[in-house]
Amino acid sequence: MKIHEYQAKEILAKYNLPIPRGIMAESVDQVLEAAKKIGHFNLVVKAQVHAGGRGKGGGVKLVATEQELKDAAKSILGLSLKTAQTAGGSVTVRKVLVAEKVNFSKELYLGITIDREKGLPCVIFSSSGGVEIEELARKSPEKIVTLHFDPVAGLPAFRARELVFSQGFTGDTANQLAQITERLTKVFIQLDASLVEINPLVIDSAGKAILLDAKISFDDNGLFRHPEFLSMRDEKEEDAREVEASKFGLSYVGLDGNIGCMVNGAGLAMATMDLIKFAGGEPANFLDVGGSATAEKVTAAFKIILRDSKVRAVLVNIFGGIMKCDVIAQGIIDAVREVKLAIPLVVRLEGTNVEKGKELLKHSGIAIITANELKDAAEKAVAALSS
Amino acid sequence: MSILVNKNTKLIVQGITGSAGKFHAKQMLEYGTKVVGGVTPGKGGETAEGIPVFNTVQESVKKTGANATVIYVPAAFAGDAAMEAADAGIKLIVVITEGIPPLDMIRVKLFLKNYPDAHLIGPNCPGIITPGECKIGIMPGYIHKKGSIGVISRSGTLTYEAVWQLSQLGFGQSTCIGIGGDPVQGMNFVDCLKLFKDDSQTEAVVLIGEIGGSAEEQAAAYIEKEFKKPVVGFIAGLTAPPGKRMGHAGAIISGGSGKAEDKIARLERAGVSVSRSPADIGRTMKAVLRT
Repeated sequence: MKIHEYQAKEILAKYNLPIPRGIMAESVDQVLEAAKKIGHFNLVVKAQVHAGGRGKGGGVKLVATEQELKDAAKSILGLSLKTAQTAGGSVTVRKVLVAEKVNFSKELYLGITIDREKGLPCVIFSSSGGVEIEELARKSPEKIVTLHFDPVAGLPAFRARELVFSQGFTGDTANQLAQITERLTKVFIQLDASLVEINPLVIDSAGKAILLDAKISFDDNGLFRHPEFLSMRDEKEEDAREVEASKFGLSYVGLDGNIGCMVNGAGLAMATMDLIKFAGGEPANFLDVGGSATAEKVTAAFKIILRDSKVRAVLVNIFGGIMKCDVIAQGIIDAVREVKLAIPLVVRLEGTNVEKGKELLKHSGIAIITANELKDAAEKAVAALSS
Repeated sequence: MSILVNKNTKLIVQGITGSAGKFHAKQMLEYGTKVVGGVTPGKGGETAEGIPVFNTVQESVKKTGANATVIYVPAAFAGDAAMEAADAGIKLIVVITEGIPPLDMIRVKLFLKNYPDAHLIGPNCPGIITPGECKIGIMPGYIHKKGSIGVISRSGTLTYEAVWQLSQLGFGQSTCIGIGGDPVQGMNFVDCLKLFKDDSQTEAVVLIGEIGGSAEEQAAAYIEKEFKKPVVGFIAGLTAPPGKRMGHAGAIISGGSGKAEDKIARLERAGVSVSRSPADIGRTMKAVLRT
């Protein structure tokens, strides 16, 4: 689960991390009110969207007067923001963060994530911050240092100090950076985060370290331990179909094609999409019904697939293991009746209780194109488009 | 021979009184797996599907001589269940449960360092099977056939697909392992390849990967140097759009690495015959073994 910068900063402030004073606002009036509370107009207005690279798209503006603030608020609120991280599309800005401007002399990068190869959490630090870490990793990997740590023992403070001193920082600034690093690793562990990223972490003219930006992503598998953060989810920032799917425990990703797919298992779902493309078609979605589907879940999956008006055929590919084919078959039958399916449906079933499943489909009286193997299923779905 | 499991494997089922645990305990028994016990804290003394239930893994090992476990307990408790199994001396721990927080798995892996001869498979995986001898997990048994092909896969249902294709073409399997799709996991491709290398029954291996991470690249590096048996590969997600998470936490492409094309190219450089289509995994093996 991603959250906004202002929400991440609220959390980090509770850990006594140095955050510039700021207030979230959803209208021009609220922006002006926020400035009044802060007490001056030496501010920055930052679009709050779940994508990085906001500055380049016009989502971050520095102001010095009331008029400039008003203009900035007007131009950012409602803006369709395109950034390097919006995957070709754009997001509408609904919220901004109004914060005190910080004059800084140096920008650093500090991130914490899990290194899947080593199976350990890892601090990523660079004294060249402000650019995207992926870009930095490509262009000058020597400027990035990493530090793995044991999540049970936590990151010892001396390790954080060693890291900071090895990067040429001195005096009180170094001590502040070490403390920030150590505290952020605690946040990472305590929140079951998948990412805590401060980019940039800046040093101001007085040598004080400040978290200018902040990003926290929660690992979805760890969220059950943190119900207090569930309200921070901003569904408006997510694909509506993906939100609906997640309510039923389905994993859905909308795509541009016209063949709706329902598959069990992420790998098989991706392979099914690949096959549709090889057969000359385009998948409309990725949809993994998961390992423990019920008839109800299958019905929900059908509805979500069909909500996409581009869909002109549906391909169901189920290889039952933990999921039984007869359950799936019953779900398909119920769903087709309930949604009054009017487009071609290709079904390929294999696995546990497959004979029972096939019998159910056969005697249902529903027009179903059955397929016996993977390639056959994809080809029949593509052929069904032109029938 | 086979790897990790055979007809002498004695299995316990952790979470045997839950619905998935009970259902699959029965399926495993019917397949012929020696399911000697189950564990559900607080339900010791009961039976499930005729199998004795114990309160602790320690007790079950003492009473039954179990040497393998399969874990179906809910995500919040699954990491602890795996540690309990290792501590009780279990040598093969198969975690089926999905949705375990990565930090829990990291803790499990650190804990397991004290038990170097315990093998961990999973989590979020279909399990392991030596056809005709021992099935541990959730895979449908009937699609398998005894033979000489080793199968290693990051995906669950895609493994079934590959196995089904192999069986239909007459290629039986020595052992099939689903290593799971989570970012922090137990055995990886290389760990499995090392075992297949020394297994006389295994003549060739099918390796099924997917986008995200670099496990396939590591496998390719190992195959290039050490693994002389033929390998057929498949990578799911060739057409997946970048930046989207496709169900598996592992399966996300971001930045330049983790892409299917890069993985395929690296595997091919290592001498692996990569099937572009998931429907041609079996046929690719046939072509490889014929030459």
